[in-house]
Amino acid sequence: MKLTREEVTRIAFLARLELSDQEADKLGGHLNRLLESIETLREVDTENVEPTSHTIPVYNVLRKDVSRPSLPPEDVLANAPESDDNTFVVPRIVET
Amino acid sequence: MIDGLCKLTAHELHDLIRTKQVTAREVTESVLSRVDEVEGRVKSYVTVTRELALAQADAADAKIAAGEEIAPLTGIPFAIKDNMSTRGILTTCSSKILQNYKPIYDATVVERLADVNSVIIGKTNLDEFAMGSSTENSAFFTTRNPWNIETVPGGSSGGSSAAIAADEAIIGIGSDTGGSIRQPAAFCGVVGMKPTYGRVSRYGLIAFASSLDQIGPITKDVTDCALAMNVICGHDACDSTSLDVPVPDFTKSLVPDIKGLKIGAPKEFFAQGVDAEVSEAAIKAIEVLKELGADYKETSMPTVEYGLPTYYIIAPAEASSNLARYDGVRFGLRSDNSPDPITMFQKTREEGFGAEVKQRIMIGTYALSAGYYDAYYLKAQKVRTLIRQSFEELFEEFDVLVAPTTPTVAFGVGERVDDPFKMKLTDILTIPANMAGIPAISVPCGFHNGLPIGLQIIGKSLDEETILRVAYAFEQATDFHRRKADL
Repeated sequence: MKLTREEVTRIAFLARLELSDQEADKLGGHLNRLLESIETLREVDTENVEPTSHTIPVYNVLRKDVSRPSLPPEDVLANAPESDDNTFVVPRIVET
Repeated sequence: MIDGLCKLTAHELHDLIRTKQVTAREVTESVLSRVDEVEGRVKSYVTVTRELALAQADAADAKIAAGEEIAPLTGIPFAIKDNMSTRGILTTCSSKILQNYKPIYDATVVERLADVNSVIIGKTNLDEFAMGSSTENSAFFTTRNPWNIETVPGGSSGGSSAAIAADEAIIGIGSDTGGSIRQPAAFCGVVGMKPTYGRVSRYGLIAFASSLDQIGPITKDVTDCALAMNVICGHDACDSTSLDVPVPDFTKSLVPDIKGLKIGAPKEFFAQGVDAEVSEAAIKAIEVLKELGADYKETSMPTVEYGLPTYYIIAPAEASSNLARYDGVRFGLRSDNSPDPITMFQKTREEGFGAEVKQRIMIGTYALSAGYYDAYYLKAQKVRTLIRQSFEELFEEFDVLVAPTTPTVAFGVGERVDDPFKMKLTDILTIPANMAGIPAISVPCGFHNGLPIGLQIIGKSLDEETILRVAYAFEQATDFHRRKADL
């Protein structure tokens, strides 16, 4: 299953990565090699096999419905690249 | 005497500290001097926390002076892989995207170490976001192997492993997703353990692949490994995948008696491109185990070959999801001058992530995307079940399985960097244990061209005790663990 340049671009958009042409080419090459090795899995008989998403028995973990102090705003914003009045500032989202 | 303190193990230092022959401060000063001496060549650390370490050592000494009961790891200097959150201390995952990030909380493992008044010497280098097998994917610099500084220490916990091999800390904490503790431990001639998935809380471990990641100790000998396991293991309400099971006293496993224990070696682990010298060392190690009274039998696990392809779908898929949070909005790097948020996300991630990380995000995104999910991700999860079942079948017959940890000894810096596929083959023997969530350890078992070789011991889920017993018996019958790198 060889990836076309268009597919590489499409995946990059899904992953919110802006790749240069050179990067896209190189990445495409590496990805194709990896995909080749993954092809060996096609032959494996998994007809009646359940997928493993967890190696340990998992069940929904709940905590008691007791209120606890939330993070103070200063902590929440401590690493913010840009903030104002207890909010994170980002480039304009909605066109006015 | 002070100079030599850094070369000792935690249990030896504990005896000296407990009997007041040395202070915790002297131990920390010895380690910090050692860092000054060799760090220029080894480059284990992203951040050395000198003032904090001395303050922590003084706090430990205050407790001792007050006659309070101290723990085996009180005053012991640690090296913590830089993907574990330390409040107020730079935590970078060796990535540009987190180069200025200081967490507002401590990882549970960090808290547990603080609870016993241990000391943090610093945060160690890793392959960016724990993706790699040589530490060459660090965005900052490549750590070197103390046994030969032209070679890699392995990865992704290369910094922690090199630090222990170079006596730049007494105990290292690493993380293992596909072998990232065991492999560098093997390359650096130290002990490295990946506990059963769920034994150690992942709260505060910056996530790579959530169903595979596990924190574990990197130590100079098996006794220190058991001591570290006692502190870091345990249920944590903050980690929903944390197992609520009792933690045994792992030091009780340090009994060199393996008579009658059933040990198997799957032949596929000796075939997968494994160098002759490495195989030979593992086979000699098995002879030692037989001489100690273990019942050995060669066996087979054909699903071993599926480990790598399965891992390279599942791990990147989970990573693509976990790394989606790095978008420049709330923390980390933000690219300047973006006209809109999507451009900001794209530019930030483009500038902030290295090539290997981008590659894995791309593969993961592809494997999970509409139309491909069944063929790739779902299929990989089913094959993962087959790997798990193979182990379960083998463990009906055997108590532990043994194998080499890696196919080769440490390779040269730069040797595999341009061939990411060849780089990934380094993990072929360690990946299966992560797939099944079972525990495994690497202990030194030989040398080739002056570079260490590791023996891997794999055990049943939650049976770290038997693994430690076999590891201890082997270690006590040999002296590989006493050899030091000549720096």
